[in-house]
This record gives sequence, C-alpha cells and structure tokens, in this order.
Amino acid sequence: MADAITEPWGGRTPYGPGGDWPVRVDVQLADGVRAEDVDDWVPTAAVLHSNGDGLDIAVKDGRMVGVRGRADDRVNHGRLDPKDRFGWQAGASPDRLTMPLVREGGELVEATWDEAMSRVVGRSKELLDERGPGSLGFYTSGQLFAEEYYTLAAIGHGAIGTNHMDGNTRLCTATAAAALKESFGCDGQPASYTDVDHADVIALFGHNVAETQSVLWTRMLDRLAGPNPPALLCVDPRTTPVARAATVHLAPLPGTNVALMNGLLHEIIRNDQVDHDYIERHTVGYPELVRQVADATPESVADVCGVPPSKIREAARLLDGASRLLSTVLQGFYQSHQATAAAVQVNNLQLIRGMLGKPGAGVLQMNGQPTAQNTRECGADGDLTGFRNWANDEHVAELARLWNLDPLQIPHYAPPTHLMQMLRYAENGSIRFLWVSATNPAVSLPELARVRSILAQDRLFLVVQDVFRTETTELADVVLPAAMWGEKTGTFTNADRTVHFSGKAVEPPGEAKPDLDIFLDYARRMDFRDRDGNPFPSWNDPESAFEAWKAASAGRPCDYTGLTYAKLRATGGIQWPCNEEHPDGTERLYADGKFFAQPDYCESYGRDLLTGAPREPDEYRAMNPDGKAMIRPAEYLRPHEPPDEDHPFALITGRTLYHFHTRTKTARAPELHRAEPEVWVEMSEKDARAQGIDEGGLAEITTARGRVRARVRLRDIRDGVLFLPFHYGYWDTDGTPDRAANELTPTDWDPASKQPIFKTGAAAIRRAEP
Amino acid sequence: MKLPLRELHRAESSLARFLYELSDRHRAEHEVHHVARDLAEWSREHVRDLAEAGNRYGLSLRAGAPASSGPLAPARRKVSELTGRRPEPGLLLLADLRRLHRRTAGVSLDWELLAQGAQAVKDRDLLELAQRDHPQTLRQLKWSNAMLKTLSPQVLATLSA
Repeated sequence: MADAITEPWGGRTPYGPGGDWPVRVDVQLADGVRAEDVDDWVPTAAVLHSNGDGLDIAVKDGRMVGVRGRADDRVNHGRLDPKDRFGWQAGASPDRLTMPLVREGGELVEATWDEAMSRVVGRSKELLDERGPGSLGFYTSGQLFAEEYYTLAAIGHGAIGTNHMDGNTRLCTATAAAALKESFGCDGQPASYTDVDHADVIALFGHNVAETQSVLWTRMLDRLAGPNPPALLCVDPRTTPVARAATVHLAPLPGTNVALMNGLLHEIIRNDQVDHDYIERHTVGYPELVRQVADATPESVADVCGVPPSKIREAARLLDGASRLLSTVLQGFYQSHQATAAAVQVNNLQLIRGMLGKPGAGVLQMNGQPTAQNTRECGADGDLTGFRNWANDEHVAELARLWNLDPLQIPHYAPPTHLMQMLRYAENGSIRFLWVSATNPAVSLPELARVRSILAQDRLFLVVQDVFRTETTELADVVLPAAMWGEKTGTFTNADRTVHFSGKAVEPPGEAKPDLDIFLDYARRMDFRDRDGNPFPSWNDPESAFEAWKAASAGRPCDYTGLTYAKLRATGGIQWPCNEEHPDGTERLYADGKFFAQPDYCESYGRDLLTGAPREPDEYRAMNPDGKAMIRPAEYLRPHEPPDEDHPFALITGRTLYHFHTRTKTARAPELHRAEPEVWVEMSEKDARAQGIDEGGLAEITTARGRVRARVRLRDIRDGVLFLPFHYGYWDTDGTPDRAANELTPTDWDPASKQPIFKTGAAAIRRAEP
Repeated sequence: MKLPLRELHRAESSLARFLYELSDRHRAEHEVHHVARDLAEWSREHVRDLAEAGNRYGLSLRAGAPASSGPLAPARRKVSELTGRRPEPGLLLLADLRRLHRRTAGVSLDWELLAQGAQAVKDRDLLELAQRDHPQTLRQLKWSNAMLKTLSPQVLATLSA
C-alpha cells in the first residue's frame, strides 16, 4: 500500500469519459489491529475537509481503532484523504477537555456543569434584561452537525432574538454562498462531483483541489490517466500540483481575479462562443455583461494581472472549445480582493456558455469547512433557516409559525450580522456576551493582535465550547467540554449537497457532552418558551432535532423531507433536495433551466457586488420577475493594500494537505504532525536571491500588523508573491511567538460576502537570525 | 450647459473629499473605511470626466479631485483608533452617513439635470457621460442608505440601554 503521507493521492485507477469511477477501498487501522478483530464499523463521513468522503469508523473494545473508506459511497468510492486516515486518533488524546472550566481569579479552573452553566445562564439573563438581545452573539463552526446548527439557530434567532449569529464558514465559504445567491437567487451547489466523470474541460479557479479535497483530485487524476482525458485550466499564483497537471496555468497577481475573469469573458464573447439560446431563455443581464467586458481585452488586463495576453487567449480558447465544462472555485477567489465579484464571473462563464445542469457541465462553488453547507442551510451563520429570505416578510412569518413565536421576535430589520461586524460590536462594547463553539478565532481570524485584544476584554463574557484547550479557550470566562465526531450522532452535508449520517462509535471522555445536548441544556435552563408556553426548542435528541429540521426545510430548496436516519445509514450519501418528488435525491440542480430565483421564493434579493448594498425587493422583482438566472457583471477595483516600497511583496495565505482548522485535531495525529510540524514561507528563487535569503533559512515576514518568523522554501511561485500556510498557532509551541500567519493579515472583507480577505496584503521579508 | 457642469464638478469633488473624510474619521469601522475609499475613486473619475466635458464648453475645470481627506487625515485616523473602544462614535457615524446620503442625493439630482440638459441641446457625448457615471452615483447613494439601515439598530438600541 502506498504511504498516505508521501503519496497522498494513492495509486491510479484510470477510467474514461462517462465511465464509472472504479472503487478503491482504503483502510487504515491502528498497529496490530486486523480487520477481522474489529467489533463494529460505524458509518460516518469525513469531517476534516469539505469533500464529504463516506467512511466507517472501526471500533474495538469501545475505542476507535481505525477507518475504512466506504465502497458504496457516491463521493469517494472507498478512498480516504490522508487527514481522514490519521485524524481520528486525536479523539483519544490525553489532553482532551473532560470537565467544564470557569475563570477564578484570572485562572481557568475545573468546575461542575451546574456551576459553569449557571454562570452562562446568569450572564445571559442579566444582559437580556439590561441591554437586550443585541448584546448577545453566537459564533459557531463548520464542523458541527445539521441538528446542532438548527438548534443553535432556533435558540439565537428565535428564543433570544439576536441578529448576531455567524459560523466560521464566513472565513471559508461565505463567498460561495454569496456567489450562488447572486447568480441563482439561492445557495446550493448546482453541480455534482460526478461531473468530473463527464467533463472534457475542468477549470479550477483559485482551487488547489490536490491539497484541499485530495480524494476529488484523485478522481481527476484517474480521469487524466484514462482514455480521452479532460483538459485542465488552473488559475493560481502558485505552481500547485493542479497547475503542474494543467493544460493552461494562469498565475495572476493577487487581487486581480476580476480583471482576469473579465478578460476571459471578453474573449469568449468576442469569439461568439456563447449559447445565445440558453442566454435568451434562462437568464437576465447578458447585455450588461457585454458592455462591462467590452474594453477588457487581453492586452488591457494583461498588465493588471501580470499575465501575458497570449496566455489569456489560450485559456479562453480552452474554455471556448469545451462541450462539457466543469468549473470549480475556492479560496484563491473567496479570500481575495473582490471575492464575490470574481466568483460570480465564473457563474457568468457557465451561464453564457449554457453549461449547467447536464452531465459534465456545471459549477462547484466549493466549501472549505466540512459542514459549512449545514451552517448555511440551517441558519446558524445568520442566514434564515431553510434558505429563507430575511428581507421577505412572508418567509419570516413562516419561520415564526414553525417555531410558534411572534414574527417580531425573529430579527429581520437588516441583514444578519456577520462575524467581523460582531467583533466590531464586541470591540466597541455593544456586544457583551459571545458564545464560540468548535472554532478558534484567536488563530483563524485576521489581524490577531486585534482579535486577542477584543476577546480578552473584561466587559466581554466569552463562552468557548470545544474538544481541546485552544488559543481561544485561554481567553474565555467559561469553557465547555464537547464531544466530537464519532462520539455523537447526527447528519451533515458536503460541498455537493450529499447528506451523510454520522453515528456514535465511542463514548466521549469524562464529562464532555455532544454540542446538541449543551445547546438544549442552555435552552432548558434559560426556560425558553414558545407562544403557548411550551419549552422551546421542542426537540430533545438528535433524531427529534433532525425531524424538526426536516419540517423546517419542507418546500425549500434544501428539502430534506425524503430523508430519515434509517435511509441515510443504509446508503452512501444522498443529495438534497430529497422529498416525495425526488426520493433518491437530486444529482444536479437547474437541469431544466428552472432556478430558485422567483421573487417570492428566492433566498436573497442580492447585493451590489462592489458596495455590498442589499438590493431592494421591488428592484429585484423588476429585474427578474420570472426567476431566471442572473448574469452579474463587475468592474475591477484596485486592491486596498497594494505592495509598496516598505512592503514590496503580495502576501497570500492558505490551507495545506496535512492540516485542518488551526491544527487542533490534525496536529494531534502523529503522522500528520510529523508531515509538516512547523510553519514555512514560500517564495521564488529570484526574489530570494535578491533578498539574500537561502532555502531553509529563517526569515522574518512583516506587514503593518505584525511579524511572523518562518523557514524559507524556494518554490515555483510567481515573483513578488509570498505564501504562508495559515494553520499554525501557539498551543503546541514553547511560547515561541510570531508563528500564526494571521498576525499579518488585514482587517478587511469583501463587502458582498463579508468574507475576510486573507490573500491580498502587502508584506516585507528579510533574513532573520535564529 | 456651463452651469450644471460647473456645479456637478464642484459637487463631485466635494463628495470625493467627504468620502475620504468619512473613511478616515471611521477607520475603526472597517467596512465603512474601505468601501468609502473605493467609492471616492468613482467620484474622482467623474471629476476627470466632467473636466474633459467642460473643456468642450470652454470651461477650465480641474481634472484632479482630492485623493485624500487632506492634511488632517492622520489625525482623523488616530482619533478613530483611540475612540474605537467606545460606543459614542456610533452616533457620529450615523450622523456622517446621513450627511453623506443627503449629499450624494444632491449629486444624483445634478446628474439628472445634466442629462436633461444634454438631451435638450442634443449633446450625445454629454448624455453618454451622464448615462455612464450617474449609475455609480446611485450605487453610492444605495450604499449609504444600506449602511445606515444595517448599523443603526445596534447603535440606537445600545445607547438607549
């Protein structure tokens, strides 16, 4: 068997267009454990990346002893990502949180659940009485289950009635959701991973799939190794594994994606390689796009992007010639300047080429966190539950009926408060209570010095619920120990709408509890009631929460009503919508050219892509009365922090193969930790020579915000650009400061999606003394 | 057409400066800070366009609009940072956004007048200019309205607490 660390994509199983991707079952068991020794295989799916690979947890004597890919799973056909092969070991780490902690005399000390929860409830009640629901905020994860998000949404938006609720999907995929809403009136992935089996051109925009979703990349590699392989277009300033396999690789300067996309669209329109019939029947807005890109010739955008005109033409010809074009988008666009505007241009590309809803033709606006889709659809990231539209009073009334609450109780006076604004409210003292679940803002957010200073304030009551002590728990007033994946039951949904059941394999350690139990315990202690005086939320365990969520999703695009725990347990994942009409789920949305964009039904009326101003309902109705797909042009704006004399480099940060979310779990798996134990910085050889820096030497990278020290790797990255992996924090250092990439990143976000910009900042680098 | 051209040129220059002022004065409000600067760029382009159009009418209007809020910019930013932990600047922000909204509405009206005049004197170039630039003014207008709508509930609810 190949070594999953040195050969992360494993052996090839080639196949041709339209063929079935062959099964390859990967198994990883603890030393000395044989498959026949395993007592039980418990079904679940990957939770360390968004691919959603189906797998089983091996259990022996009440302990997790390994994992095995599920051969029957529609997503991975048995394969495992390196993080999934090894990451499960983290659960058994001796440093798990097993008791609640409370702050006493400045120190966190162990306490009972009663003591910890009475502090949380006491402070909640005081603030609700004195300052109202706007003084409480909730910030959750992309790693919980649908049942837990739905419960949190019901408590936050319903019982408490605060508008301040978000998930850390804000850092990963807020732009995916925003781009889908802008183009199709609704969140939800149009395409399916099976489109890889059919595509003749796959275009990856800022999507380093080889590292972020290694099993999906395996699928692409197997197509490349088979007959009639697809051509690849890669847009990325780094020469990633994807770029090396690509037919055409464009390496634009950070912050210039919109200019590049406009150049590509210009060429496609000039060559008249557009599907006029599709545009006419199924879209609005095409003439505005033609006007917008009229001047965006390859020559005029070449200088802006630092890409030769000939390369732009070559890429456009590739897109022109596709008869089954699959486009994918990820953080290279989402975390960069003009994030939503750029991602929407990829949707425009698919729409004007009529490449939607048929095998091999689709767009995947990817997720970064594994259960990001659930945060969004359940309403724990601020969107209203079930993709309801906060600006549509009827949708709010419907939700109020569902919850049996007064509609005025559910805030809908303005768009839901996004995380970065919540932090601002905490900074100016108007939010006094912040409950953080399963995420680590003290490492993951931009401008860490500022984040630390906000979270450490005395006037802010910080509750942190997690499985380990993290950089964030150390700032908390109360820490709640949570059960993790494999220790609780629920469901979750990956980037291509595939819902998986995740079973409880082992008991959580000590007094750790499932997140669902913690949220429900809070609700009972707060004594939340509906209009008839019954306890709210009305459900009390995973399955009843799932049934309640199904009822909330009925009739909405993310319809779960055809799913049950039993059905999910028995299958290798089912894609929503799944209901009476589609009992086996839905492979591709919009196959019939019908969208979820009707004014009375759509999730969002959209925003101005550049200013972020929400569009008024009447305006939307006038623009798109029939609910067609929307082609939305955007002009290029210069980045807010271009390199200058003091900071001559463009700094980009990103995810890597062996790490997931601030390494709280992955660094506790020995194989993953050993693979990349330390932060590094990538730069081009030419730049390094000019600065007198050597491969492997220590360097100091600075921006206007802070400083990071890292070993240098000379790589094929475009000149003038530095890359830092963003997972490293401080919990596993001996007090070594200056390690987290986000010491350097600016507090700036895309106005449309509110996603922070981690990939467009100005930095300096110099050789450092050890 | 000299009168509306001159008036609009003055109004757009002053709008650009005010957007930079807003940006500097509310540096701790990051979205306001950044987007206001992006929007100021639009007004600066409008000023350039208007100066060019003015030439054809024998006006010598300055093509360059302010690219910052002036010599007080560093002080404005510093004050914003120093008061960033207090709730009171919230009220100042609402007041500034209201002023911005009213000013932008004035600029929008002036663009309408210019377009009407251009049609009357059959100046195709000037009409096209208005059709190209005025939509950006409307987007500026919607932005200040949206920011007011989004930020006001928290400010108003907090200060009454």
